[in-house]
Amino acid sequence: MVTEYKEGSVGAELGQREFKVVGTRPPRPDGVDKVTGRALFGADLTAPGMLHATILRSPHAHAKIVSIDTSAALAMDGVKAVVTSDDFVKQGGSGNQDTLDNCMARGKVFYDGHAVVAVAATSVMVANAALKLIKVEYEILPHETDVDAAMLDSAPVLHAGRKFRNIPEGNNANVSGFWEFGHGDIDEGFAKADIIVERSFKTAATHQGYIEPHATLATMGPDGRGEIWVSTQGHYMVRDLSAAFVGMETSQLRVTAAEIGGGFGGKTTVYLEPVALALSKKSGRPVKMVMTREEVFRASGPTTSSSTDVKIGMTKDGRITAGQAKPRYQGGAYPNITAMLGAMTAFASYDLEAVQTQAWNVLTNRPKQAAYRAPGAPMAIYTVESVIDELCQKLDLDPIEVRLMNAAKKGTLSSYGPTFDEIGLVATLEAAKAHPHYAAPLGPNQGRGVSCGFWFNFAGNTSVSMGINEDGTVSVIEGNPDIGGSRASISMMAAEELGIPFDKVRTIVGDTNSIGFNDVTDGSRVTFSVGLATIKAARAAIQNMCGRAAQVWGIDADAVDWVDGAAVPTGHNAGEFPPMTLAEIAADSAKTGGPIAGHHEVNADGAGVSFGVHLVDVEVDPETGFTEIKRYTVFQDAGKAIHPDYVEGQMQGGAVQGIGWALNEEYIYGEDGKLQNAGFLDYRIPVASDLPMIDAVILEIPNPGHPYGVRGVGETGIVPPLAAVANGVSHAAGVRMSELPMSPPRILAAIDGAK
Amino acid sequence: MSKIHVSTSINGDAVEYLCDPSETLLDVLRNRVGLTGAKEGCGSGDCGACSVELDGRLVCSCLVLAAEAEGKEVSTVEGMADGEKLHVLQQKILDHAALQCGVCTPGILVAAKALLEKNPDPTETEVRYWLAGNLCRCTGYDKIIRAVMDAAAEMRGA
Ligand code: FES
Ligand code: FES
Repeated sequence: MVTEYKEGSVGAELGQREFKVVGTRPPRPDGVDKVTGRALFGADLTAPGMLHATILRSPHAHAKIVSIDTSAALAMDGVKAVVTSDDFVKQGGSGNQDTLDNCMARGKVFYDGHAVVAVAATSVMVANAALKLIKVEYEILPHETDVDAAMLDSAPVLHAGRKFRNIPEGNNANVSGFWEFGHGDIDEGFAKADIIVERSFKTAATHQGYIEPHATLATMGPDGRGEIWVSTQGHYMVRDLSAAFVGMETSQLRVTAAEIGGGFGGKTTVYLEPVALALSKKSGRPVKMVMTREEVFRASGPTTSSSTDVKIGMTKDGRITAGQAKPRYQGGAYPNITAMLGAMTAFASYDLEAVQTQAWNVLTNRPKQAAYRAPGAPMAIYTVESVIDELCQKLDLDPIEVRLMNAAKKGTLSSYGPTFDEIGLVATLEAAKAHPHYAAPLGPNQGRGVSCGFWFNFAGNTSVSMGINEDGTVSVIEGNPDIGGSRASISMMAAEELGIPFDKVRTIVGDTNSIGFNDVTDGSRVTFSVGLATIKAARAAIQNMCGRAAQVWGIDADAVDWVDGAAVPTGHNAGEFPPMTLAEIAADSAKTGGPIAGHHEVNADGAGVSFGVHLVDVEVDPETGFTEIKRYTVFQDAGKAIHPDYVEGQMQGGAVQGIGWALNEEYIYGEDGKLQNAGFLDYRIPVASDLPMIDAVILEIPNPGHPYGVRGVGETGIVPPLAAVANGVSHAAGVRMSELPMSPPRILAAIDGAK
Repeated sequence: MSKIHVSTSINGDAVEYLCDPSETLLDVLRNRVGLTGAKEGCGSGDCGACSVELDGRLVCSCLVLAAEAEGKEVSTVEGMADGEKLHVLQQKILDHAALQCGVCTPGILVAAKALLEKNPDPTETEVRYWLAGNLCRCTGYDKIIRAVMDAAAEMRGA
């Protein structure tokens, strides 16, 4: 369902453009391949003479590597190459060195599952047998996996000297980052409040949970040239890092993106790729590496776990007078900025006079976190939205009215600094308030939860190229792996701008040698940035085609316009010549100056923030503490939904990942620092029978930064469910929940504790 | 380790292969027979991405030994379409945009086909429970359930 938005504003003018292709729901170009099993994902490619490689991983949470003896493994029949951290080039920047050290431990292992040695052999079986012959001597060190405990002075130190921000006095060496945001006088704000609620919350680390494990196939010849086939969100990133890690020039490595079986941020870095490349370099043969699911859990990026204190003051009628949040995140053994994003997003939904957020990143003996859909925001916003809900409950105020009263709007000084332009939170809240779901009656043991959510959205470096073919069709090359239907939306925008039918365009994701650089598919940037570059590339091609028509007609190029897929003479030439279609111009291109193409390269800006509001009805069984999701509705501002099916899909998928985070999913570490649930049986993501339909209501408040008004939609959807479900559970169970996941034992304990 | 010789039928074609005693049917389909439609999401029977039918019974091919296919009939996603004509379920998955990344799709299709062979008129709840063994991390299942219900309705009408 798409709700139109019409009001007098820059954005609304955009909103009044009549689209022919944009907003329709054509079949995706890669669809048939994906329903017939033909689509090739990361693990689906083989090469002649290919070897298989597997990795020996640390069984310890924290240890010094004293020695590694691979001689027996190397001597084994069928073993062709072995690599350790010694086989990689030391990196200049600490960020890249951390990524490399995470691929192959150097000197120390920092978590259970940290890679230590890789072996390439004639089969997976032989490689695994060889791993057993490798002798690694460890000196075991004390470890810590809990964020709060790792901040204590008694905690073992992971890295000395890795603080990369102004860390306030009194923080130990594990605190690698500190950030502060806000404005106004916080004390004055709290003094104005009629009521103040102060609470502490915890959230568990969760995994992105893509169904396709990391997989790659790398080849490197004695000429120093290499090829990588890989399931990734960014093949240019894979190229740059892998080339740097094995010490080759970027131009000599060509990376091709496989079809990607889910990523959600987790495939925005490298794990196997440089290792497979190094093994191929050593063995002179193609090397395939595929993680097992256990490896995915133990050694690829989960998100951060968090511990947060929140304090919010409110007047009796629901106006927030001050908001303060102090999130502390751990994202494993290497520094990261997810806590900063948490601090920036915590209060982003509100127009506040006084707000302060302070965030800490803490190093622990867990895998290096990777981005997970709106990284940092779900946990931070969960805490704020929970406290707002409690305030509404205490003051007997309607939770949507209170949010409307405090909602950020155009001109609001955001809690993280910038002033908002055209944004859609008020419209989104109004849509939720007016929806039948909000007025539907609730049964016994049921509760309704509401939460707002926010994400910045990113733009970034983008290249698009298109060729106008002689038969009047168009071939588009973009450089961002298609993670959820983007080839369809890019084709749609190309067709829209060129004025031709959707099925005349085919978009492919080119390899790293096809077109210029592209940032990874992240930050909900693709439909926005690649769309923008596609529209500009189409405009370049149109300009060229208008010139060709002018040449044929013998008039000025300025006197030609492009209307509905054809060049038409304008001004005093109007009507003098019949329109010349794209197909006609293309057919004659050899005679009028050669091939016609358009391209555009940009470091895009103006992504446009996105807000969402979620409504959920839950039922809590007071006997078992089990929570059932009875009804769920997502409201989200898409700016302009190019292909509404895939916009709804993002909203629904994000909501369900958030539901999993709220109710089931968690990384469980034992006292020994080992991950106890490295499989889908014990790390339970939502399954079909856990859920109702997820209703998705798209709002379109156009983004002034995009020619069609597009905002990214991929991430916002995972932000509200944590608090929405927690608020629903708190109402249903009659107790305030403050720790995720709200597993049945935890809910039961809260119910029993309140008795 | 000596290999086992297996004669089987895959999507109606007679196929022979040699496999290690420890190899799974999924390994053989993907690595020896060249049918990579079935995916390995977990290797432990928890995700359903490797779903195939073995003598008409829905199985996780990662939990079946390759040697067990001797004399049996294996059906995979590659056998669902009839030449150029997609199976109704395949068409409905496309029509409903019931895939994002598509890595779960082969398993979902094979599982849904097995459901509709047994129960041509399932309720939403029955579809949800039947597909509970097929993880999809992208879609939230909404569009998948709608596509399967719609396919069931069309197949009943046809
Ligand atoms: S791979 Fe067989 S169930 Fe997951
Ligand atoms: S579409 Fe990606 S896992 Fe289902």
